[in-house]
Amino acid sequence: MTATTATSTRFQQLIAEQQASLTPRRKIVNAVMLSLTGLMTLLALIPLFWIVGYVIYKGGQQLNLDFFTQLPRPLGMDGGGVLHAIQGTVVITLLAAVFATPPGVLAAFYAARFPNTPLGVALRFSTDVLSGVPSIVIGLFAYALIVKPMGHYSGLAGGIAMAILMLPTIIRTTEEMLKLVPHALREGSLALGAPEWKTSIIVLFPAALNGVITGFLLAIARAAGETAPLLFTALGNERYDIGTIVRNGVAQNQSFLQILERIVDQPVDSLPLTLWKYAQQPYPERVEQSWAVALVLMIFVLLINVLARLWVEARKRRLQG
Amino acid sequence: MLRKTFETELQQLKDEVLVLGSMAEQAILNSVEALKKRDLKASEKILEDDRAINKKRFDIENQLMILIATQQPMAHDLRLLASTMEIISELERMGDYAKGIANINIRMGDQPLLKPLIDIPRMAQKDVDMLHRALTAFVNEDVEAARVIPAEDDEVDALYNQVYRELMMFVIQDPKSIERANWLLWVAHNLERVADRVTNICERTIFIATGEMAEIKSTDDDFWKNQS
Amino acid sequence: MTIQTLEIESQTHSAGSDAKPLGAKMEVQNMSVFYGKFRALTDINMNIYANKITAIIGPSGCGKSTLLRSFNRMNDLTPSARVEGSILLDGRDITANREDVVDVRRRIGMVFQRPNPFPKNIYENVAYGPRLYGIRRKNDLDLIVEKSLKQAALWEEVKDKLHQSGLSLSGGQQQRLCIARALAVEPEVILMDEPASALDPISTLRIEELMHDIVKEYTILIVTHNMQQAARVSDFTAMMMIDEHRSGRMIEFGETKSIFTNPKDKRTEDYVTGRFG
Repeated sequence: MTATTATSTRFQQLIAEQQASLTPRRKIVNAVMLSLTGLMTLLALIPLFWIVGYVIYKGGQQLNLDFFTQLPRPLGMDGGGVLHAIQGTVVITLLAAVFATPPGVLAAFYAARFPNTPLGVALRFSTDVLSGVPSIVIGLFAYALIVKPMGHYSGLAGGIAMAILMLPTIIRTTEEMLKLVPHALREGSLALGAPEWKTSIIVLFPAALNGVITGFLLAIARAAGETAPLLFTALGNERYDIGTIVRNGVAQNQSFLQILERIVDQPVDSLPLTLWKYAQQPYPERVEQSWAVALVLMIFVLLINVLARLWVEARKRRLQG
Repeated sequence: MLRKTFETELQQLKDEVLVLGSMAEQAILNSVEALKKRDLKASEKILEDDRAINKKRFDIENQLMILIATQQPMAHDLRLLASTMEIISELERMGDYAKGIANINIRMGDQPLLKPLIDIPRMAQKDVDMLHRALTAFVNEDVEAARVIPAEDDEVDALYNQVYRELMMFVIQDPKSIERANWLLWVAHNLERVADRVTNICERTIFIATGEMAEIKSTDDDFWKNQS
Repeated sequence: MTIQTLEIESQTHSAGSDAKPLGAKMEVQNMSVFYGKFRALTDINMNIYANKITAIIGPSGCGKSTLLRSFNRMNDLTPSARVEGSILLDGRDITANREDVVDVRRRIGMVFQRPNPFPKNIYENVAYGPRLYGIRRKNDLDLIVEKSLKQAALWEEVKDKLHQSGLSLSGGQQQRLCIARALAVEPEVILMDEPASALDPISTLRIEELMHDIVKEYTILIVTHNMQQAARVSDFTAMMMIDEHRSGRMIEFGETKSIFTNPKDKRTEDYVTGRFG
C-alpha cells in the first residue's frame, strides 16, 4: 500500500520534471509548425486567387451584353459575341448528360449490389481504366465511331464523346453513394416483401440521390470544360444559332424532331473550344476576346457548382425536417 | 402511462392480498362463532378453509417472485413487493390462529363451555375491524390511517385482560375447571396476537408509502408488565 | 436434446387469468441453418404461440438473430445460407422454395435493431408497404396510415406533421414509425431484432408497452440481449447457446416466469443470474 503511494508520488515527480523541462521547447515547436502550415496554405491559395483575379481583370474588360447574345463578327468589326459557343456548350453538355446518366446510374446499381460477381469486378476495373484514358483519345474514338461513318462532324458526336468521359465519374460516385446507404434500409424494404428492383428505385436511390446529383453535376462541370474530345467531334461552328435554326424550321413547317435533328446533327462550338481557337489566332482582338470566353466558362462552371450545393442543402433540410 | 402492464399487475396483486385478507377475516369470525355454538362441523370446515388460505398465500408469493424476477421493481415498487411478501405471511398466520381456535373447539369435544362467550366474540370483532381497515390502508397506501390503527390494539389487550381475570376467578373457585379455562385462555390469546399482527401490516404500509421503517410501539410489553 | 412442445401448467391462477388454450402460430421443427459448410444453428425446435410475446435470449453470437431471420427468410439474402428442417406458419412450411417469399414477408413483418425509416416523409413511410401490395386509393391509404400510427402509439405526436421527413423524428419515435410501417401491411407475426438496443430507457419502456398493446392482435417474436427486457415483456422465453462446434442450439424453452424464477437448465440459470462463463 505504502509502496504504491510512494511509486505514484515518484512517478508524478518525474512527470512534473519532464513537463518543466519540455514546456518551452514544445511551445516553440508548436509555433513553428503552426506558422509553417499557415504559410503553405497561403501559398496554395495564391495561384487560385491569381488565376481567378487575372481572368476577371482581363476578361471583364471585354465583357458586355452583346458578348452573350451575338454571334462572332468578322475580324475588323467591333462587337460580336460567343452566343454560338454558349449554346454549343449547353447542347453538348445536355446530350452528354442524357447519354451518360441512365447507363451510368444503372451500372452503379449493379456494381453496388453484386460487387463480387465477374460482371461487377469487370465493371469496376473498366471504370478505372476508362477514367484514366486521356480525353483526346476518347475524342479520337468518337471520331472513328461516329464522325467517320456519318461523314460529318456534329454536336451529337461531341455529346457522345463527353458522355464517355463522364461515365466513370457518374458510375463511381453513384456506386459510392449507394454503398453508403445503410444496409438496414434495404432490409427494411425487403422485409416488407418489396422486390429488389423496387427497393432500389424507391428506397435506395432517393437515399443516395444527394451524392448522385453532386457527382453528376461535377461530371458535367468537368465535361463543360473539356476541349480535347471536341476537336475531332464537334469541330466548331461560328454560325451556330439555335434561335435561327428554330425560326427557319418553323417557317419551313418542319416537325419538332426535324428541328431537333438540325440542332444536334451539325458541327457546333463550345466555350473551351472557342477559347482554344481564339487564343492561338494572331489577331490581338481575338486574343483579348479569348479572355472574356475564359471568364464566361469560369462563371458557367461555378454556377453549376453553386447550384449543386444549393440543391443538396435544400434537400437535406427537407429530409431532416 | 409508461408501464401500464406492470401497474395493472401491481393492482391485481393488491386485489389478491385483499382476497387473502378477507379469507383470514372470515376464518377468525367463523372460528369464534363455531366455538360459541359448539359447532364441531363448522370447525372442521375451518381447518379445510385454512388449507385454502395457505395455498392462496403461496400463490401470491409465487406471483410476487415472478414480478420481482421479471419486472425489476425499484424504489416504491420494490418496497411494495417486498412488504407484500411480509403481509401475506402475517395474514396466513392469522389464518393459523383461527385454525388453532377451531382445533380447540374440536378437542373440547362434548365438554360445555366454561362460561358463555361475551368478550371473546368482541375481541374477534375488533380484530376483524382493525384488520379490515389496515388492509384498506395498505391498498390505498394511506399513511394516516396506518399510523392510527395500531393504537386500537389497546382495546383488544384490555379485553384480553378482562377475559384473563375472569378465567382466573373460575380457576380459583374451582381448580378442576383449569383445563376448560385454559382452552378459552388460548382462544383469547390467539385473538390478542391477531391484533399485534395487524400492527405489523400497518408498519409495512407506512414503509411502502414513505420508505420509513418504524416500529410502532407495541402494547404487548405493557400487558406482561401488568401481569407480573 | 429436443424441447418439443411444452406442457403449460398454470402455476398460479391469479385474478383474471384467462384459461384460453394456446395455439401454436408457428412451429419450428428440427431446423438447422448452414452458411456454406458452417452449421450456424442445430436442431432448433420451438413453438411460437399466437397472441403471445416470445423472447429469444442468449449470449452474443449464439445465433439468435440468425434464428429470427429464418422466420421471414431474410437469410435468403445471404447467398450461401441454407435451411434444413421446417418452419410451419399455420401448418404450412414457409422454408419450402415454392412458398412465395413476398407473401411470407407480408405475413411476417420485421422491426430492426436500429430504427431504419426510409428517407421519405412519415406518411410515405407507413404507406410504403400497402402501396407495394397494390393499395392506391388515397382514402384507403389515409385510413391505413392513421390506424397503423395509432397502433404504434405515434399518431398523437405526428398527426400534424405527416409530411415531414421520417428522419426528423427522435430515435424512439423513428422506431415506433418502423413498427407502424410493419403493422401497415397487417402481418400476423412481427419479428423484432433487438428493437430497443439503440434507444434510451424511456423510449425502451414505451416500445415494450407498445408490444403489450399490440400483442392482442399479433404474435410477437423478439430477440434481445437484454435479459431484463425479455423478462419484462415476454410470455415465453427461449434460451440459446453455442455448443462445442460453435453452432447455436436452443437449450431451454418455457414460460418466461419459470425461466426467470426456476430455470431447468444449469446454463440458463447461470446466464440469467449473470454467472455465465
